[in-house]
Amino acid sequence: MKSLSRTTRKNLVTYAIVVVAFAVLQTMVLTGTISNSLRGQLIPICAYVIMAVSLNLTVGILGELSLGHAGFMSLGAFAGALFTKCMETAIPVTWLRFLLALAIGAAVAGMAGVLIGIPVLRLRGDYLAIVTLAFGEIIKNLLNAVYLGRDSRGFHFSMKDTIALGLEEDGEVLIKGAQGITGTSKDATFVWGFLLVMFTLFVVLNLVHSRTGRAIMSIRDNRIAAESVGINVTKYKMIAFALSAALAGMAGVLYAHNISPLTASKFDYNTSILILVFVVLGGIGSIRGSIIAAALLTVLPEMLRGFDDYRMLVYAIVLIAMMIFNQSPKLVAWRERTFGRRAKGAKVRKGGA
Amino acid sequence: MKKFVSMALAVCMAASLAACGGSESASEPAASGSAAAASGSTAASTAPIKIGSSGPLTGDYAQYGEGVRNGIELAVEEINAMGGIQFESSMEDDEADSEKAVNAYNTLKDWGMQIYIGAVTSGSTIAAGEVAYEDNMFLLTPSGTAAECMQYDNAFRVCFSDPNQGKASAEYIGTHGLATKVGVIYDSSNTYSSGIYEAFAAEAANQGIEVVAAEAFTADSNTDFSVQIQKVRDAGAELLFLPIYYSEATQILTQANTIGYDPIVFGCDGLDGILSVKNFDTSLAEGVMLLTPYVPGSDELTNTFTEKYVEKFGIEPNQFAADAYDAVYAVKAACEAAGITADMDYSAICDALKVEFTEISIDGVTGAGITWDASGEPNKEPKAVVIEGGVYVAPEGGEAAAESASAEPAAESASTSEAA
Amino acid sequence: MEFLSYLVNGLSLGSVYAIIALGYTMVYGIAKMLNFAHGDVIMVGGYIVFVFMNQLGVSAIASVAAAMVVCTVLGVAIERVAYLPLRGAPSLAVLITAIGVSYFLQNMALLIWGSTPMSFSSIVSMEPLQLAGGRLVITGEALVTIGVSVVIMAALTLFINRTRLGRAMLAVSEDKGAAQLMGINVNATISLTFAIGSALAAVAGALLCSSYPILQPTTGAMPGIKAFVAAVFGGIGSVPGAMVGGVLLGIIEILSKAYISTQLADAIVFAVLIVVLLVKPTGLLGKKINEKV
Repeated sequence: MKSLSRTTRKNLVTYAIVVVAFAVLQTMVLTGTISNSLRGQLIPICAYVIMAVSLNLTVGILGELSLGHAGFMSLGAFAGALFTKCMETAIPVTWLRFLLALAIGAAVAGMAGVLIGIPVLRLRGDYLAIVTLAFGEIIKNLLNAVYLGRDSRGFHFSMKDTIALGLEEDGEVLIKGAQGITGTSKDATFVWGFLLVMFTLFVVLNLVHSRTGRAIMSIRDNRIAAESVGINVTKYKMIAFALSAALAGMAGVLYAHNISPLTASKFDYNTSILILVFVVLGGIGSIRGSIIAAALLTVLPEMLRGFDDYRMLVYAIVLIAMMIFNQSPKLVAWRERTFGRRAKGAKVRKGGA
Repeated sequence: MKKFVSMALAVCMAASLAACGGSESASEPAASGSAAAASGSTAASTAPIKIGSSGPLTGDYAQYGEGVRNGIELAVEEINAMGGIQFESSMEDDEADSEKAVNAYNTLKDWGMQIYIGAVTSGSTIAAGEVAYEDNMFLLTPSGTAAECMQYDNAFRVCFSDPNQGKASAEYIGTHGLATKVGVIYDSSNTYSSGIYEAFAAEAANQGIEVVAAEAFTADSNTDFSVQIQKVRDAGAELLFLPIYYSEATQILTQANTIGYDPIVFGCDGLDGILSVKNFDTSLAEGVMLLTPYVPGSDELTNTFTEKYVEKFGIEPNQFAADAYDAVYAVKAACEAAGITADMDYSAICDALKVEFTEISIDGVTGAGITWDASGEPNKEPKAVVIEGGVYVAPEGGEAAAESASAEPAAESASTSEAA
Repeated sequence: MEFLSYLVNGLSLGSVYAIIALGYTMVYGIAKMLNFAHGDVIMVGGYIVFVFMNQLGVSAIASVAAAMVVCTVLGVAIERVAYLPLRGAPSLAVLITAIGVSYFLQNMALLIWGSTPMSFSSIVSMEPLQLAGGRLVITGEALVTIGVSVVIMAALTLFINRTRLGRAMLAVSEDKGAAQLMGINVNATISLTFAIGSALAAVAGALLCSSYPILQPTTGAMPGIKAFVAAVFGGIGSVPGAMVGGVLLGIIEILSKAYISTQLADAIVFAVLIVVLLVKPTGLLGKKINEKV
């Protein structure tokens, strides 16, 4: 172990956490000792972990606040689910179909990331945040109004209602406005979820510790200085933003192949903010923290069901308490005094994983 | 390391919360179980059958889930007091979200649910329905109206479907010659509303009705309706069709009133509850017509239901409460007929109930002689009512039942008009 | 005439947004935080007015005054409990806490007042103005809302520029450290900002619910977000900017509903926001940010 560098060691620990968690949960699933409640949440947890890690790329590594991350998830989800619905009979091999759906979802979301990134990345700080929120809401509103049908004459599209599609007798409605896509084949499994989490980690961790990653982080830390040493700010910002969008699209595909119906209203600013909560609570810039926080906070509201009517109230209080505990400068100082030994190392770690 | 410590603390916190949550829910069934035993002394030997339900108890749609929860609670209490078959109920929050609906369903399964009465909203019903189908769990939704809710054979519902309601509305307006020019204001971001609108628009042409304006709104902009109202008015609509829920309808009525627009207003069961909105000036709803299966004050059964409900919960029951109340009684009737006992597993219960549900006929608060066919749809008549003097009455001519789709239970049209 | 009528409706909706946006912009200007709980303070304000006016039979003005007192206390309490410990922490941390507070308020209201919507009686007892033979109707609520928002904006501008406390706020918003060195009590100034913002929220709640009379625990959420957009639109941190942003947003929303699509109105509003920010990256009346190397 001595020969490994500090970052490699830390990355290995992150991978190990995921692998161990997967092994434990999968054993529980196979032996049937897992509760139905937790089993049902496994795939959404994976999707949210990917979302959190990918958002951390934008917020933590690139240093730009995004409030519209769920929009990319929704684009990926709709693209992937639509592909699966159309190809259900054409490609009977589940894994191949799902793999293609993932690729398509990621590609669509990634392209949207580039398109949106062009105007958005010119802005700064809270203005950038509000524009991403606006894009997220626009995506939601547009998807809510989309009607798409297919019959023997081909595809039909409308922004009004299903009647306007003018489908033949044999036609089927693929996207039904607010009701979205119903009956997507449930191709996603926990193993897929795990593999995708690992893939995301691999991509993000490698990026962070690469030349590109260091360039991106230098922009976050001091844009003007970065520019002055010849770093192409726009290009690196775009790489991070589009990659983050593509990964979110992939998470969307995973999500859409687990729960039907898929509705656009699920991916509103509340979901974007929820993902942001994972990132901030896990520690901005800390990939490992994002994973743990996403998993924990997805399960938390379910664990609080025993509180009945007070459930969401308790959730709110826990959220505020955790935030203050984690971030309050006074408490942080107190913790550093109490558990002082490693505090210095923790401080330096600011941006890394 | 600091992050690690705080994370660990957070985990501990969550775990301890989960632990106390767990212990609470564990003690709960015991408590309600003993209550059930106490209320029906003869039933001490019969273990309760566990019926689970989920619906929105927080967030935008909380009022609907609340109604279902209360309806089930009231029905279960009554049934347990009768002796005989015993029920135990549990309701989980799904925030009207598909993902949470699946979580709620799974939590209920962990609790030991044997029959699922849910979900409340269409999207949640479809989502939980997928899982319920895989599990072979019997599903009876009080209020999941979308066509897709009934795609599997284990699913039944108490309410009307969206297509059914839209069609029935167009037919009623057409056959009664209420208007030829109709304007619609609907919620395009809502499955229920857009579903009814689509069916209505499709049927309107057959009934000689012209839809002169169909104006949408979305859940994000449901405060200002001035534009929609003005467009409908300018299009010369004589009748305003509102396939929406009552809270938005009160806004539309208020805003139409301020600009002095007063068309005939016609709605579906979503409008039911409009009179229960606290502090609402019911004179604005004067003359509003709606097709609804549940008409408070129409007969003995609904009167007692309303009375008991108000006494227990302090608010007027809405459509959701009535549907849920009937759902429990339907399950009771089917369980008794099929000889279901608490020791059967949910899959066996589902197989028995699937068959039995097409046989039973119940007199509920949302209709007399309700029967089901294998597709899961109920056969009951929407009754047309008009609001006069702050209460529902039968429309002019003393005719209370809509002559729509199936003319099957002709008998209760007489009884309702009498009561009205 | 049709157009005028839409314009009036837009103005009325816009002035509601404007009052809410004023609260956002005040807090942002001084505390540099997006107070996502602001919309929910508005909802609480609405409920308090409802309780006083409809359940206790107090007069409209007194009810609003009571709501202002309650909301001020609530606002300061939130600031002390949830935001003060995080002073100096990353601004994102405060944002998330604000969201937690927002959840808290919504669910608290759900527990206290229940989920059944309440119909709010208007605090304005003025008959609507009928112009052009009833084709153009201006409601009393619209007139009062527009009037009140103008008065509040003027009063705030005067307060900030002409009083000691107001200047202290300006100083804090410019540079916290320097303000402290000048003997300004930064924490007290921020608390004062929250107090003013929350009192405004109570007024906004009363006016919002008077114009659009449905009150339920989630009433404040969407107008809150829209008003936040309006504040950014006008240039967040700028008092006249919030006013301009709010009014414009309302008008754009109504006009796009009227002439483009009722279904896509929100998408259009957001698209306009994006275009404006691309042309003027700090909003219509926002200050230019000077970059330091």
